[in-house]
Amino acid sequence: MSIEANNKVLEARNVNKYFTIPVSFHVLKDISLCIERGEFVSIMGKSGCGKSTLLYVLSTMDTDYTGELYIAGEKMTGKSGEELAAVRNSEIGFIFQFHYLLPEFTVLQNVMLPGLKLGRKSADEVRHDALEKLRLLDIGEQADKLASRISGGQKQRVAIARALINQPDIIMADEPTGNLDSKNSENVFNILRQLSHEQHLSLLVVTHDHDFAEKTDRIIIMEDGRIVG
Amino acid sequence: MNWTVILSISKTHLLSRLKQSSIAALGVTFGIGTFIILVSFMTGLNQLLDNLILDRTPHVHIYNEIEPSAQQPVELLEEFSEAFNIIRSVKPKQNQEKIHNALPLLSHLKKDTRVRGVTPQVKAQVFYLAGSIKLNGVVQGVDIMEEARLFNIDDYIVQGEPQDLARNDNAILLGAGIAKKMSLEVGDKLQVATAGGDLFPLKIVGLYQSGLAEIDNVQSYTNLKTAQRILGEGNSYITDIHVKLLDMRKALEMAEEIEDQFNLSAVDINRANAQFETGTTIRNIITYAVSITLLVVAGFGIYNILNMMIYEKMNDIAILKATGFSGRDVKMIFISQAMLIGVVGGVIGLFFGYIVSVLIDHTPFETEALPTISTFPVNFNPLYYVIGIVFAIASTFLAGYLPAQRAKKIDPVEIIRGQ
Repeated sequence: MSIEANNKVLEARNVNKYFTIPVSFHVLKDISLCIERGEFVSIMGKSGCGKSTLLYVLSTMDTDYTGELYIAGEKMTGKSGEELAAVRNSEIGFIFQFHYLLPEFTVLQNVMLPGLKLGRKSADEVRHDALEKLRLLDIGEQADKLASRISGGQKQRVAIARALINQPDIIMADEPTGNLDSKNSENVFNILRQLSHEQHLSLLVVTHDHDFAEKTDRIIIMEDGRIVG
Repeated sequence: MNWTVILSISKTHLLSRLKQSSIAALGVTFGIGTFIILVSFMTGLNQLLDNLILDRTPHVHIYNEIEPSAQQPVELLEEFSEAFNIIRSVKPKQNQEKIHNALPLLSHLKKDTRVRGVTPQVKAQVFYLAGSIKLNGVVQGVDIMEEARLFNIDDYIVQGEPQDLARNDNAILLGAGIAKKMSLEVGDKLQVATAGGDLFPLKIVGLYQSGLAEIDNVQSYTNLKTAQRILGEGNSYITDIHVKLLDMRKALEMAEEIEDQFNLSAVDINRANAQFETGTTIRNIITYAVSITLLVVAGFGIYNILNMMIYEKMNDIAILKATGFSGRDVKMIFISQAMLIGVVGGVIGLFFGYIVSVLIDHTPFETEALPTISTFPVNFNPLYYVIGIVFAIASTFLAGYLPAQRAKKIDPVEIIRGQ
């Protein structure tokens, strides 16, 4: 049992969510899912099927739902905002469709910030880690540039480096390639694939991209707020 | 809470918008600077005026007033006690001008714990004679060293020293107006004639200028003994007693006590100068009202700029929250920005205020009325600088609090999905 629990990085039980504005609407209908350690999972579905909403519930940012959510075996439902922020900081890495870097900070500072917030390591160690991640993603030479001064593909790689800095249990991505050309998409996919293989990271990716999804370990298909396959 | 990270984020935010941050800080600088200048100048002026009046004026002035008796003999008679008595043409009795038993009264007052010092005075009506000119005036016999200690008479001695008078029993400290009229200088001699016609040659050891022409044209100072000799009286002849208290507010109570106990007239300083306290209070109110208005305006400036900044930084806030910064962290980031603006702007404002105050302090300000003053009076009390910086920090904290509270409540999901 304990081994099984350990292997479950993320588990949702009977998650339901309603939008009340502008009209009452049942977005997520009784969703239960489970992601194991090292699994590379994609969620697919048409626009408006609730896949992004699900991702934000799973990411702990959206707390307005019923049901139960566990991350690394720990129950998230009912925790305070502060506690959830700490969980996002240490357990979850995020990659967004739009690269979402802090434009006034350098690439290196962007990667370092979650690590500094966590405060487990000294600033020098965090800097060292951050440079290592950037090099791993082949953008080490951009470290001292302002985040607003690099290209889109590079930004997405910086975002991945930032997601990795605190060695999270799971990386969640919302359309990580949605805004990139095919070459950069390919590149980002390969990086994610490699992370999942080599570092046994769990990945949960929401995507529209069939080619992308085909290459992942498991595809969750959503339709009208339900998981259908 | 990880303050180094929070402060480094707010520092980057402020520095990347240097122009906006500087303008916000400039608002605080002007607010605090003006506060310092206004307060220093106004209180300097107040202090000057206070000193002008308070230092020179005795807290209690005791003398023997000639006045008609309050009770007429007929009122003491029992058979007329029920009657309605009308007495016409009541005249005061010729009374001695001197204070009865002045020397024991002096030593009694000196022993009082509320009293800082007591000085006896003798007033003598005289004529000043020099050459063919004859002017009437008043010679006031004083213990000049005590007067200098308690009532700062030395500030008004424009030539000579109080010691010169104290050392010489045939010396006079001549009123500046009299000296001018009679073309006399320090070192010259003049004669003083009493109403009885006796002549006393005196040497001028100094000039006295109070700033009030009426006084300077009439009044001179000599030693107590000299004045008593001019009047032909003994050393117990004293016409006025000036009392300086440790606490000015006890003046009224003291004056009433003396009137009751010794059957003398005693006037306290507040009765003598009722208008002066009002002026001080009103000047203070104006100073604080103007300063607070300026700081409120500066505070609104900061509020506006931070509010705008938060609109611009919605994305940043969402990212910070998504990557594990809590609402409180985000709030602290914005509050610390406001307070950094307040501290930097406030400290520069203190410097700015100090420099302008120094300039004002060195601006020449010469006036006949105030012989001791050559530049504008400025009060460099450190307390005002403390008040200034506390006010800067408090007002920027308040201005930053509301926008920061809004930043705390921003829902990252809404921002991220909104794109």
